[in-house]
Amino acid sequence: MNRILKILFFGLFIKPIVLLGLGLNVFFKFRLPQTGPAIIVANHNSHLDTMVLMSLYPLSQIHRVRPVAAADYFLANRYIAWFSLNVIGIIPITRSQITDKTVLFDKCYQALDNGDILLIFPEGSRGAPEQLSALKKGIYHLVKARPDVNVVPVMLHGLGRALPKGEAILVPFNCDVVIGESLPFIEDSPRYIASISDALNTLLALCLTRQAVVEDDE
Amino acid sequence: MFDIPLHSLYMMLFVVGLLIIASFARWSIKRKKPHADHTELKQRIQSWWWMIAILFGILVASDTVSIVFFALLSFLALKEFFSIMPTRQADRRILLWAYLAIPIQYYWVATEWYGMFLIFIPIYVFLFLPMRAVFVGETSGFIRSLGTIHWAVMLSVLCISHIAYLLQLPVKNEQAGGLGLVLFLIFITQFNDVCQYIWGKTLGKHKIIPKVSPKKTWEGFIGGVITVTIISGMLAPYLTPLTTGQGFIAGALIAISGFIGDVVISSVKRDLAIKDSGTLIPGHGGLLDRVDSLIYTAPLFFHFLYYTHY
Repeated sequence: MNRILKILFFGLFIKPIVLLGLGLNVFFKFRLPQTGPAIIVANHNSHLDTMVLMSLYPLSQIHRVRPVAAADYFLANRYIAWFSLNVIGIIPITRSQITDKTVLFDKCYQALDNGDILLIFPEGSRGAPEQLSALKKGIYHLVKARPDVNVVPVMLHGLGRALPKGEAILVPFNCDVVIGESLPFIEDSPRYIASISDALNTLLALCLTRQAVVEDDE
Repeated sequence: MFDIPLHSLYMMLFVVGLLIIASFARWSIKRKKPHADHTELKQRIQSWWWMIAILFGILVASDTVSIVFFALLSFLALKEFFSIMPTRQADRRILLWAYLAIPIQYYWVATEWYGMFLIFIPIYVFLFLPMRAVFVGETSGFIRSLGTIHWAVMLSVLCISHIAYLLQLPVKNEQAGGLGLVLFLIFITQFNDVCQYIWGKTLGKHKIIPKVSPKKTWEGFIGGVITVTIISGMLAPYLTPLTTGQGFIAGALIAISGFIGDVVISSVKRDLAIKDSGTLIPGHGGLLDRVDSLIYTAPLFFHFLYYTHY
């Protein structure tokens, strides 16, 4: 039932919007993990990020893609919570009161063991348009318990212009999706976080829209 | 089934014939040099098949379908412009209004309101967008933003909509119809791209504007202009109301302005340090990379035709 909802939502609504309202410049699509368990780490500027990444997958595979999302935001009211859990299929995690990390990531490990593909935005929040904020360490703790899992960095650019934080109207822009090579795990947490950050910044150089964002003066 | 004027039908069959020859040529090159990488050539020819199939399918369907199609083309071109050109976050609302100009402009085309079709973008949109921007209130970068937005709207909406208006002109060449005008314009423009490329590749020595486009040469340019002028003179009376003499002039006009359109878009890309404007058409790049010359040739050919025959 949820799978049908998901297919309908993406097939009738999200895919047409992404195709026509946005338009994607996808580079290295073949690097996208086709089967789980795998983790996609991407930068985060817009709610569209999740939709765009999921829409890269065929409808038959979309239920395999699970965005990891903040429980305090997406479970805040019961309608959004129902939609997030049943239609999008998010894995909610609690951002505050982090006590036991294995309990925290319990559902993530379940999904990985189930062969799912996790979507993680290590910046934590959408932040200022088209700027890479400091990456959070959560991704390190998550991957540490599954060091062999395929972790693929993806740079998204332009979506923060199409639908930035705090705006309700989508303005059509072509957006870049650059998929990087699988990243090996590094035991040292600052180095591991830096390797993800470096990978994302390297991919940025390929974005066609990289020059197109002008910072507003405060 | 479809009521296609005879000359236009033969022209479309001729183009399909050319594509078949191109496909066979690629196939024989691949057999001679099986180890070289032919991916881009293969993608290019495949994309040509798609583009021709879509274009012809839409052109023979009906004029209304064609007008909607050219409106969509304007939308995709404008979106590509806005995506690669620097715009401020404060411009988002203004860009939405700029997009809204597309359905309105094509409504004038569909209702054959010629005067409004001509002035809507250069006057009304031109004056309205800055006013809307004033209400947004962000003055830093105002001049640059409004300049680039209006420039993009002129090129991708006003210029491209001229192709659609060709279909609305009263038919003066019964055997070719309005369809013949569109086929003539698009064929000669794309033929010019190919001719300049081939002449440049075989004879090219003296660079014409090395700073913008290092591969463009005087030999390619002049060879292209001469070839296209001759072919255009021969083809014009068949597909358009133009006489042979006028066909020569139209050919030279299309060849020269097509070259200019090409290098203008090249300058934009060079300024932004990108190679293609998008990835919409495999092997060609973005839509702007394909219609760059058409943006210049469409209004110039239209007004030459209008001045001489309407």
